[in-house]
Amino acid sequence: MARTIRVLIAKPGLDGHDRGAKVIARALRDAGMEVIYTGIRQTPEQIASAAIQEGVDIVGLSSLSGAHNRLFPKVVQILREKGAADILVFGGGIIPVNDIPALKECGVREIFLPGASTEDIIQYIRDNVKES
Amino acid sequence: MSDRIHEELERWEKTTLNKAVSKSPERQPSFQTTSHIALKNLSTPLDVEDTDYCRELGFPGEFPFTRGVQPTMYRGRFWTMRQYAGFATAEETNNRYKYLLNQGQTGLSVAFDLPTQIGYDSDHPLSDGEVGKVGVAIDTLQDMEILFDGIPMDKVSTSMTINSTAAILMAMYIAVAEKQGVKSDLLQGTIQNDVLKEYAARGTYIFPPHESMRIVTNIFAFCKNRVPRWNSISVSGYHMREAGCTAVQEVAFTLADGIAYLEAAIQAGLDVDTVASRIAFFFCCHNNFIEEVAKFRAARRLWATIMKERFKAKKEESCMLRFHTQTAGCSLTAQQPDNNVVRVAFQAMAAVLGGTQSLHTNSRDEAYALPTEDSVRLALRTQQIIAYESGVADMIDPLGGSYAVEALTNEIEGKAIEYIKKIEAMGGAIQAIESGYIQKEIAESAYQYQKEIEAKKRIVVGINRFQMEEKPLTDILRIRPEVEEYQKEKLRKVKQQRDNARVRETLVLLKKAARGTDNVVPPILEAVKAYASLGEISDALREVFGEYRQS
Repeated sequence: MARTIRVLIAKPGLDGHDRGAKVIARALRDAGMEVIYTGIRQTPEQIASAAIQEGVDIVGLSSLSGAHNRLFPKVVQILREKGAADILVFGGGIIPVNDIPALKECGVREIFLPGASTEDIIQYIRDNVKES
Repeated sequence: MSDRIHEELERWEKTTLNKAVSKSPERQPSFQTTSHIALKNLSTPLDVEDTDYCRELGFPGEFPFTRGVQPTMYRGRFWTMRQYAGFATAEETNNRYKYLLNQGQTGLSVAFDLPTQIGYDSDHPLSDGEVGKVGVAIDTLQDMEILFDGIPMDKVSTSMTINSTAAILMAMYIAVAEKQGVKSDLLQGTIQNDVLKEYAARGTYIFPPHESMRIVTNIFAFCKNRVPRWNSISVSGYHMREAGCTAVQEVAFTLADGIAYLEAAIQAGLDVDTVASRIAFFFCCHNNFIEEVAKFRAARRLWATIMKERFKAKKEESCMLRFHTQTAGCSLTAQQPDNNVVRVAFQAMAAVLGGTQSLHTNSRDEAYALPTEDSVRLALRTQQIIAYESGVADMIDPLGGSYAVEALTNEIEGKAIEYIKKIEAMGGAIQAIESGYIQKEIAESAYQYQKEIEAKKRIVVGINRFQMEEKPLTDILRIRPEVEEYQKEKLRKVKQQRDNARVRETLVLLKKAARGTDNVVPPILEAVKAYASLGEISDALREVFGEYRQS
């Protein structure tokens, strides 16, 4: 039997817009995943530590404040430094498309933009996390 | 008369309507508003036959203000066209303000960056990546002097979206005005100062609720004496609506917060009528046109009733719900961004037909970034076209008396009352927020909304129907990354040049006031004038009040 996928949904930085993060956390739960939501105002260090402690497969970062270029790569970097490069990181929010290539280069695997459906995100996670 | 209508309605349903529907049924089995209020096909005089016109609708400028708070409404003066703006540095934002005023904007509305809103200086580790991003960065009085350079503060009214650090920013505004030779009793504007909705939805809280409420009531008391023309709070439903709640919940949660602020003011020994007349409100205007118009009318009537019956307000003015409106940011799509111009125009017109006192229209590119100058101009022009060309501003409450609008106004009011009673039973808005009830209600509505879109029960043009291949928008406003360093450097220089002994002294006095029962605003004003930074003043208060952590 396939094991349950574990996901951390996190809000890095000072941004308080948590509608998207909460909707996605709930949609992933309804899709049968185990989801931990960090709440708002988390530092990249706190997010990486939580991801490791909780033993998640994948981390979803949400930011609508424009701080993504600084904060998303930091989470990836800290995970790598702590030997947890196998934890995948994806992101979403108000993110200009021009920023996406650089984010991907830094190791953020995927970026979801406004209008993305929860189905797309569920499918992405299922396709990229090995359920074995 | 109503018997006749009743008979005729039945006849119409059985004959004309039935024939049509049996040939070709309606588009969907039932219709409802976004607040899940069932809509009938047709409203008639029967739907409003119990309405007592003089008591429930009355006349503009008179209790219960259903038809508007001013006797002439927009025949006297248009609403204030006030675009929320701020980005990067005080220097750049000052230029944008001058541009907007030159384009015919009639008031200013300041957007601060998140560190400023949460009480961190630009050089704080938690400010990393956030400086100047969602608004302008303000560290010391010097930034505020730059922000309002060349702007006549005795003439322009200024709204500031600032909550946990509202006292500091208001103090800076007063100090800059003094330097311009403008006394504080002439200043007109608003601070949002609504911390309750920060816990419920927006997230820029600093202190625990009880301590936050103390600062709020200190601000009320200070404004009453020193800045009498200033709105000392703007009770905001906007952010709860943006976080996902329905129109009915927006009215209920906002007015429940308003009740909590008044109760706190009374407990602090303030007079209801003095505080109430300086309370303003802030609502969202979403897509469902008729529901939104009805929402504003219902909110006005309900607040007037609460003020009169519950708080025994003596002045008519205390019963007036005056409000600012912003169109719904969450309704903007990144797909086919020009469609947003149309959405905003309809939302703005609903706000005008609902009797708003001031209005912000969102820009087409805001699903990507803060708006460019061109997009903001178009958003402002949208308001000007409604004002000068559409004709809707030439009559007072022109939709009043529509059977459908009046019936929906009644229904929204009734459902909001049910919610407020439920919140009261929990002990009021503060308890309802502390227990997480309001947050849960908002999150539930947001999730249902998303599910409806994905199930195509709710159509969003360009998202789940009428999609097309397109290039994403790339001509957007970018905040230069150098802003953070520039801001840090400015702060370093101020700290070098100021009288640091004086700064320490003012902060000690502030902490003393915070520990005791004295009003904290006067010592904040002194600290600001000594060029203490926003972070230093916030830290002094953190030391005494502690910090709130989301559970």
